[in-house]
Amino acid sequence: MQVELRNPSRTMEFDGPMAVTALLARLSLNRESVLVIRDGTLVPGDSMLADDDHVEIRSVISGGSW
Amino acid sequence: MKCRVCREPAIIDIRRHNANFCVEHFLRLCRDQVAKAIDRHEMLRPTDRVLVAISGGKDSLALWDILVELGYEADGLYLGLGIGHYSTSSEGFARRFAEDRDLRLEVVDLQEDYGFDVPEGARAARRVPCSACGLSKRHLFDEAARRGGYDAVATGHNLDDEAAVLFGNVLHWQQDYLGRQRPVLPAGNGFPRKVKPLVRLGEREMAAYCVLRSIEYMVEECPMAVGNKHLGYKEALNAIEEQSPGSKHNFYFGFLDRAVDRFGAAFEGDGTDVGTCVRCGAPAGGEVCAFCRLLERVGGSHPDYHSGPTSTGNRTSVSLAPTRVGASDGAAGVRP
Repeated sequence: MQVELRNPSRTMEFDGPMAVTALLARLSLNRESVLVIRDGTLVPGDSMLADDDHVEIRSVISGGSW
Repeated sequence: MKCRVCREPAIIDIRRHNANFCVEHFLRLCRDQVAKAIDRHEMLRPTDRVLVAISGGKDSLALWDILVELGYEADGLYLGLGIGHYSTSSEGFARRFAEDRDLRLEVVDLQEDYGFDVPEGARAARRVPCSACGLSKRHLFDEAARRGGYDAVATGHNLDDEAAVLFGNVLHWQQDYLGRQRPVLPAGNGFPRKVKPLVRLGEREMAAYCVLRSIEYMVEECPMAVGNKHLGYKEALNAIEEQSPGSKHNFYFGFLDRAVDRFGAAFEGDGTDVGTCVRCGAPAGGEVCAFCRLLERVGGSHPDYHSGPTSTGNRTSVSLAPTRVGASDGAAGVRP
């Protein structure tokens, strides 16, 4: 599967099927810090990702000032 | 994974609620949590006119969307900070959001209207960029609220933001900042009321809300903020949250319930030494407010004043007549 990440923008390849939680663990990402998006909608943590899936892992952390 | 409400397939899990939600019930949860925050903390009255501080990011656009959905009369104000591609793109997201929904967005541009941008301001004032940025934002949003006759300024601070700010201020025992870290600051000392209706919702929920509502927003982080302490505090709290869901909520709301009143008044300024800036009329601790001092250092100036907003589509160059408004610099701690 193709996995798109940002900050910096990059694309990584993984073999499927793989659970969302397993993918995040492989990437050492905290579930609290990201969303997994496939075809414009959210993919919950217990879902399986297929070998031909294209998913985006989007960071949700922002650090503005006030 | 099934929705807690309807048992249909869920699209998101919220571990601190120990619950999963489908699209419909997640969106309802978000609106309900905002309504609950507004009600519980007496942030807004139904007839209030609200000025929403818009950055083009997920939180401010989601907040604007929810306030409108809840029936509030809410306009947006975007502040162009002059941070290269980041600012250009952010303004684009803000403008498209407003145009698509026929909402009123005002734009103030630091470079165009005041002759400096955030990187220049930071260099001239020998501050970190986030400090010069925060100072400018507070001053200009306050000023716009007064000029526009708004009842309150609403900002998109979410639970993660508030928990991280609290974490930083506790680490350094910034007592004056701790006393003001509340979800609502009443109007006083020349400042408008400030409200944070997203305090019951986490950062991940706000991003999810935008995805599910097809709200396009600026995903990239501000290049000036990369590596700052605030982001580090968030990462630390998320590491705790992963092991112990609900920790951020308990930390922040426990503070509000049990501790905030020990640290002082719920007003900006300390209520005793706030005068008026001789240059712009904003509230000020001395003769000149912090924003005008920054303006002097960077060689900028207040803009020529307009008689009122002049609309170009949804972009509106705003009147910036001198009046009160203000800010203190907050260099040491993190202002709520």
